[in-house]
Amino acid sequence: MPREREAEINAARHRRMAALAHADGARIAELWTGAGLPVDCEVLRGPETGLVMLRGRIGGGGGRFNLGDATVTRMTVRIPSGEIGHAYALGRDGDKARLSALADALGQSPAYRETVEARIVAPLLAEAEKADRRRRGETAATKVDFFTMVRGED
Amino acid sequence: MYVAVKGGEAAIRNAHRLLADRRRGDRDLPSIGLDQIVEQLALAVDRVMAEGSLYDRDLAALAVKQARGDLIEAIFLVRAYRTTLPRFGYSVPLDTAAMLVERRISATYKDLPGGQLLGPTFDYTHRLLDPDLAGEAAPEAPATREGEAEPMPRVSDLLGRDGLIEADGDADTDKGPADITREPLEFPLGRDGRLQALARGDEGFLLALAYSTQRGYARSHPFVGEIRIGEVEVEIEVPELPFPVPLGRVRVTECQMVNQFKGSLKAPPQFTRGYGLVFGQSERKAMAMSLTDRSLRAYELGEDLVAPAQDEEFVISHSDNVQATGFVEHLKLPHYVDFQAELDLVRRMRAEFEARGEGGVERQEAAE
Repeated sequence: MPREREAEINAARHRRMAALAHADGARIAELWTGAGLPVDCEVLRGPETGLVMLRGRIGGGGGRFNLGDATVTRMTVRIPSGEIGHAYALGRDGDKARLSALADALGQSPAYRETVEARIVAPLLAEAEKADRRRRGETAATKVDFFTMVRGED
Repeated sequence: MYVAVKGGEAAIRNAHRLLADRRRGDRDLPSIGLDQIVEQLALAVDRVMAEGSLYDRDLAALAVKQARGDLIEAIFLVRAYRTTLPRFGYSVPLDTAAMLVERRISATYKDLPGGQLLGPTFDYTHRLLDPDLAGEAAPEAPATREGEAEPMPRVSDLLGRDGLIEADGDADTDKGPADITREPLEFPLGRDGRLQALARGDEGFLLALAYSTQRGYARSHPFVGEIRIGEVEVEIEVPELPFPVPLGRVRVTECQMVNQFKGSLKAPPQFTRGYGLVFGQSERKAMAMSLTDRSLRAYELGEDLVAPAQDEEFVISHSDNVQATGFVEHLKLPHYVDFQAELDLVRRMRAEFEARGEGGVERQEAAE
């Protein structure tokens, strides 16, 4: 596979995984049912909950340090056509991990890629973008507008 | 001879049953839901996540409920739970410059790019109890302001350019950062290990230490360069995928403290920095952490070691409230045999004292 093509595929997969990781499990399930996507798969691993040690950087941009753990749930599945899907997300939602792993596998399958994109990933990204925009707007309303007081004559 | 004493099983069982009843409180009232704790006691949840050293809101809320609101007990519960889980790995370092900012202020620069954003703050409130909150009154929806999202570079990156403020420092060595959850504490620690300990350290203890530096015990002339609160992306590299896997976002509070430094033989006069990074929205903790981080750099910067806040072993060994509460509270557990032994000893000493009589004591004092 040419390198650019591979990078493009990885970028799309990263975007899909990010959309799912950010989303609420119940919302993914709702979209899944609406899209009528299959749920058959062979479970290769999980769902399994464990820890990921989150790291920061000293001063924000210097050497790394360990900040503290977060719960993370992961799962790996294989769909009947053979594609293997992985899921990782913060939290302990095993059902979310299953659907996310399925979405990763189906997203690699030519038969389902477009449905997954249009019916799962696109709505989740749009909702996340809308929520972020609202949050930015709420924060922006608390921005301090300084004005200079003119004192004395002239 | 070691004598084991048994007993108390029924008493313990009934005590725990009573605890469950008292935790529930008046059964005519609805039981509080975890979602209510997460949403309405969010900063208690954040503190439990930070000092429990585990980012999971629902678990922290459960711990708060189970502990009847005793946050140190809740932190203890979360720490205990943490030890039951396997660790999948270490995240890519969080990029706080790319934060979805919910609050960002600087006390050193008025007109910084991106502006001063107050966010949901207690600052400038009058600290008057609000009787409306006793009822069910719904607050107004937040105001919003549309506009382009401006980039918000970290203040430390803006100030670093002319060399009057120290840089972030070098990237770490190949050895990787210290992990105090894996290796026993050994002093002196690196700054990485100290920051890990401070990030999970007790807010009250760090606050008191930070306050002590302001009152003159290792004064460090601090300014808040920047505080920012918001969500950052988490990613982890795993062997099965060719790119860092996105895990979602966590909310953190970051504090860049800027401190005057008169220079040493090796270093020119400049501003030095203390750093604070904490899970959740926890400005007081992040500020206390950054002041303590700075005071603990005294040795590195060639400053005189004169105050408790500069003593790494003292600060780090006593900053963990789970360890501290464990050792203090263990005193209430049965020490019958130890006490019996000491009682015998005191009786013997008393008998010897009385045998010597008053005159004996005087003679001894005169001899000394």
